[in-house]
Amino acid sequence: MTRMAELPQTSKPARIDRRKHVLLAHGGGGQLTEDLLNESVLPRLGNEVLSDLLDAAMVDIPAGRLAMTIDGYVVQPLEFPGGDIGRLAISGTVNDLAVMGAKPLGVALGMILAEGLERSVLERITESIRACAEEASVRVITGDTKVVGRGHADGMYLTTAGIGVAPPGIRLHPDRVRTGDAILINGPIGDHALAVMLAREMPHVGSRLKSDVAPLNGLIAAAMEAADGAIVFMRDATRGGLAGVAADLAARIGLHVVLEEERIQVRPETRHAAEMLGLDVLDAANEGKVVMVCRPDRADLVIEAMRSHPLGRDTARIGSIEAGADGICELHTSIGGRRVVQKPYGEQLPRIC
Amino acid sequence: MSSATLDQPLSVDYILGRLGRAAERVGRDLSFMEVCGTHTVHAFRSGLHSLMPENVKLLSGPGCPVCVTSQGDIDLLIELGSRRGVTLCTYGDMIRVTGSAGQSLELARMNGADVRVVYSAMDAVKLAASDKKRQVVFAAVGFETTAPATAAAILAASKLRLTNFTALASHKLVVPAMLGLLATRRVNIDGFLCPGHVAVVVGAKAFAPIVERYGLPCVVGGFEANQIAAALARLVEMVAHGECGLENLYPQAVTDDGNATARAVLEEVFAPATVTWRALGEIPDSGLGIRPFYRLFDAKVRFGLKAVEVPEPPGCRCGDVITAQATPGDCKLFGRACTPVDPIGPCMVSSEGTCQAWFKYRRHGKPVRVASSRKPMGVGA
Repeated sequence: MTRMAELPQTSKPARIDRRKHVLLAHGGGGQLTEDLLNESVLPRLGNEVLSDLLDAAMVDIPAGRLAMTIDGYVVQPLEFPGGDIGRLAISGTVNDLAVMGAKPLGVALGMILAEGLERSVLERITESIRACAEEASVRVITGDTKVVGRGHADGMYLTTAGIGVAPPGIRLHPDRVRTGDAILINGPIGDHALAVMLAREMPHVGSRLKSDVAPLNGLIAAAMEAADGAIVFMRDATRGGLAGVAADLAARIGLHVVLEEERIQVRPETRHAAEMLGLDVLDAANEGKVVMVCRPDRADLVIEAMRSHPLGRDTARIGSIEAGADGICELHTSIGGRRVVQKPYGEQLPRIC
Repeated sequence: MSSATLDQPLSVDYILGRLGRAAERVGRDLSFMEVCGTHTVHAFRSGLHSLMPENVKLLSGPGCPVCVTSQGDIDLLIELGSRRGVTLCTYGDMIRVTGSAGQSLELARMNGADVRVVYSAMDAVKLAASDKKRQVVFAAVGFETTAPATAAAILAASKLRLTNFTALASHKLVVPAMLGLLATRRVNIDGFLCPGHVAVVVGAKAFAPIVERYGLPCVVGGFEANQIAAALARLVEMVAHGECGLENLYPQAVTDDGNATARAVLEEVFAPATVTWRALGEIPDSGLGIRPFYRLFDAKVRFGLKAVEVPEPPGCRCGDVITAQATPGDCKLFGRACTPVDPIGPCMVSSEGTCQAWFKYRRHGKPVRVASSRKPMGVGA
């Protein structure tokens, strides 16, 4: 039960328009909820499973191992150069399934909307979810919508869970990684983190920087087909960036992971933004980059296959697993030097000067 | 031997070749000091340390804005940031610095204080202009590089006649700190790699007193690995030839006299002041105080704040680290009680701090060295 006294007090009286904004009542489960879904959500996301609006989605599952994943999305701003929270949510969930070798079967979408959110924003983001899901050949098969009072959420939060199936015999795991394996990535790093950071913190700075957010299941499927079992482990380099993935891999397998700085691509605008903020681009999040560990003899075939996919044109071999039981990731720098690569520690704090 | 000047883009191999030959000629251990957080980070991040001749060391001096801030100033900042009705705007680095009782702006924010990370002083002015009910305080830290932005913000607030914007100024000046450090006679270095960003404002000539009074070579350097290496190569060459001079290897950005506009803005708003540095203590005229004419915008005046002397955290050797009396590895807390996740001293908090750079880029505190397969290369090699 909500008492009036508990509602957040706002300084300005809300001028909320039922047709233009999301209301608390839109989350009540009644007629207004149905209206909101029918007007803003279902015209875009509807399909024969979701539009039934039953309590759970029923799906047929092909043979193999079931993969399941869940993630919450709280990005600000909701819309940023190169993407938005909707594209981020679908891509994130699809990519988490794909890097385990699973083909995505369906996505569950939970939306927490803040009272006062513009319906046009909700509709644009729902449209973006539709477009991204179509790009990834996946459907939103079940969902939930809640509305919280003003000030209790920042516009909109999304949670997406996904299920997928990996064909029998597919097992991608760090314990399969061994000395000599090659490390690949499908293009330049750091674009997402820096595009979002610039959009959020310095909206007045004009930049060509765009997030790389994209569903990678098509690219990964093409790579796995070319690899014929030679890909042993994958991870999408999201929060923590390439540094996080590589350092974590080294620590898990207890081997020496080497990255070659000269082969890791960084767009000039991304590098400039990182330097301006004093951030290490290796630590910066990506939302459309997969790090693959592949047996060396098939690495070239995999790279070739990935390069013929639109999201893999800049695929490169950026390092390898070397002998040595130190569990350390080392960067061979472009000037010929060496230094350790560690997992970033937490919130990335821009430096002072 | 080549006499190509090093103020132009040259390959790192060529520069390291010259550095190596000069270091061999000197034949003894050499230490140079940089006094800029960006130099600290880039020297580590680029792997330059792993390529330096065995007998040449690049040490970090008092060049990281967070690290040189005295414990008293940090306590004051956190105390002010925790007050009701105050919105404290700060650069990101300061958020996690711990006060003498374990408090921090990060913890204060969790407990409901209005602490915001800004990217420029002007953001704080805009915030003050948009919400006149809040007292907006800008935590003005940093050297000559950030001080002009603070001055410009105060001028803007003055023009807007804002009564709810103040700056808590603890800006510091690099050259007086370098001189103050040398005056302690505690450091034993062979020259300075002078900070390029600061030199953009103050001009290369500002470093001349170091050469004149202490007979130490000074080279103003840029921030790319090859620019840092070039500056070091020139420093070692000067030692090898028994020369002592001031050279500017960052002429793309740095002039002899610096940026007159920036200095005029500084001069308008600030006057030289005696300030307290971590480890170095009080150094005359080594900081910037807000002139009485702009006292309406001085948080110390507005809130009646008095700087207090507070001891540094027990066991923490940040003071020795920023004066090159100790390396982070010499500190008993380093990597054990004090890590980037749970920092004790400011040198571990700041991404530009020497301790964090050591922790992040070196293997278990030991330098990574490149096997000496790399041969020094001359011009025709």
